Amino acid sequence: MNVILAVLTRELRLALRSRMDWLLPLLFFVMVVMLFGLGARPNDPVLAGFAPSILWVGALLSMLLTLDRLFRADYEDGTLEQLCLAEAPLTLTVAAKLTAHWLLTGLPLVLLAAPLAVALQLPAAGQPALVLGLALGTPVLSFVGGFAAALTVALPRAGLLLPLLVLPLLAPVLIFGAGAVRAALGGLDAAAPLYFLAAVLVLCITLVPWAAAAALRNAFE
Amino acid sequence: MSSWTWFHRLASPPSFFRLADRLAPWLGWIALALLAYGWINGLFFAPEDYQQKDAYRIIYVHVPAAALSLSLYVGMAVAGFVALVWRMKLAESALIAIAPVGASFTALALVTGMLWGKPMWGAYWVWDARLTSELVLLFLYFGVIGLWQAFEDPRAAARACALLAVVGVINVPIVKYSVDWWNSLHQGSTILKMGKPSITAAMAWPLFASVIGSYLFAGYVILRRLQNELLQREAGTAWVRELMGKSRV
Amino acid sequence: MGGYGLYVWGSFGCGLAVLAWNALSPRLARRALMRQMTESE
Repeated sequence: MNVILAVLTRELRLALRSRMDWLLPLLFFVMVVMLFGLGARPNDPVLAGFAPSILWVGALLSMLLTLDRLFRADYEDGTLEQLCLAEAPLTLTVAAKLTAHWLLTGLPLVLLAAPLAVALQLPAAGQPALVLGLALGTPVLSFVGGFAAALTVALPRAGLLLPLLVLPLLAPVLIFGAGAVRAALGGLDAAAPLYFLAAVLVLCITLVPWAAAAALRNAFE
Repeated sequence: MSSWTWFHRLASPPSFFRLADRLAPWLGWIALALLAYGWINGLFFAPEDYQQKDAYRIIYVHVPAAALSLSLYVGMAVAGFVALVWRMKLAESALIAIAPVGASFTALALVTGMLWGKPMWGAYWVWDARLTSELVLLFLYFGVIGLWQAFEDPRAAARACALLAVVGVINVPIVKYSVDWWNSLHQGSTILKMGKPSITAAMAWPLFASVIGSYLFAGYVILRRLQNELLQREAGTAWVRELMGKSRV
Repeated sequence: MGGYGLYVWGSFGCGLAVLAWNALSPRLARRALMRQMTESE
């Protein structure tokens, strides 16, 4: 427990020091939505129909921007190697790091989603499903994205490889997340896709940290 | 303990290489025979379908390709799991041998799916669950291949790819069950239904032959690729040099 | 093919192409590998 708290506080403190790093994905999210709004006709009803996918894809891309940074800075200055050699189980440390990432990136996106949904004229019926879906889905983005970042941490030109690895893994989250909003808009029950997202979340929280830790150790062998 | 020595001996690169050399031709020729029977019958002798007329014949390419695309990914994930847990070099090389083969059949399934969809449903592509999941599967294969090529050390590359394959295997059941989860355009399961399959025997036999022939063919290809991987990884060792010496003579 | 010729033959053609690539690609790789290994002896 101490390990988790220690890592969490360290991450949050580091983030406070370089605030822009963590504000950028939020600004990016707002910008994406803004661009879609600008590109459409004023008060275009079609925009509301696209709002679920715009918001989900925007959230996904915003989180993607921060993934490379997740482990690379620690890898380059040697902290990561220390964490791997430390007494505390690496799985726990990684889980804490991924949770911190979600707190800094995912959670603000969830909070931003509701006002942005209003900006895109998403009917009120769809908003609870959107916010709940993102609340369940953004941690998955952090965890699975973090796993991909761990796989590529030692690679010099991981640049385009990271999205190629992450996006196929996250496709089901996107399908069910946007699907939940559309179900709610269509008057159907959004519970089924949301339960699926919850199941994926539980699976990820329990299994991904171990895989990510194994991927990190791989970088040092 | 002695009951496992055959397993360990098998997993040693030189003995597996020899086994593959003996097994591969059999797989190849039987596959060729089954595929020839399946496709020639399917194209010319199987009766016309009531609804789809002759267009249904694409089934003899599409269904084996789609089945293989999923099975090979699972095979790759199993190889990855074995490689991670037991650190078996053979499993690492198997993982890499399977990836391009699986990717090619996934692409074939997608292309034939589009060629079948256009005359039947009027559209080359729809963003329904099964088609989209198959496309995602293709990218998962590309991810494994891309990750492999990005590493310099083959052992580190294999371990990373093994992790990726095992984590990505979640996509496979989603593809399989998405037909049930969504009311999609894609035809429901007609062959693996409980009870009598709703396809006549004259159509079914060439289909079974095509599917089994494709699986045996994939086995043949993977064995050959696996042999190449072993040669490359063990270059300079005694058994490889001995092999090359024999081939030069 | 009842008017569906393009689609059916197209599919089988693609199938044949994939089979051919899968059969030939390892052969070519083996040849190149052997050449490379004998040269570096």
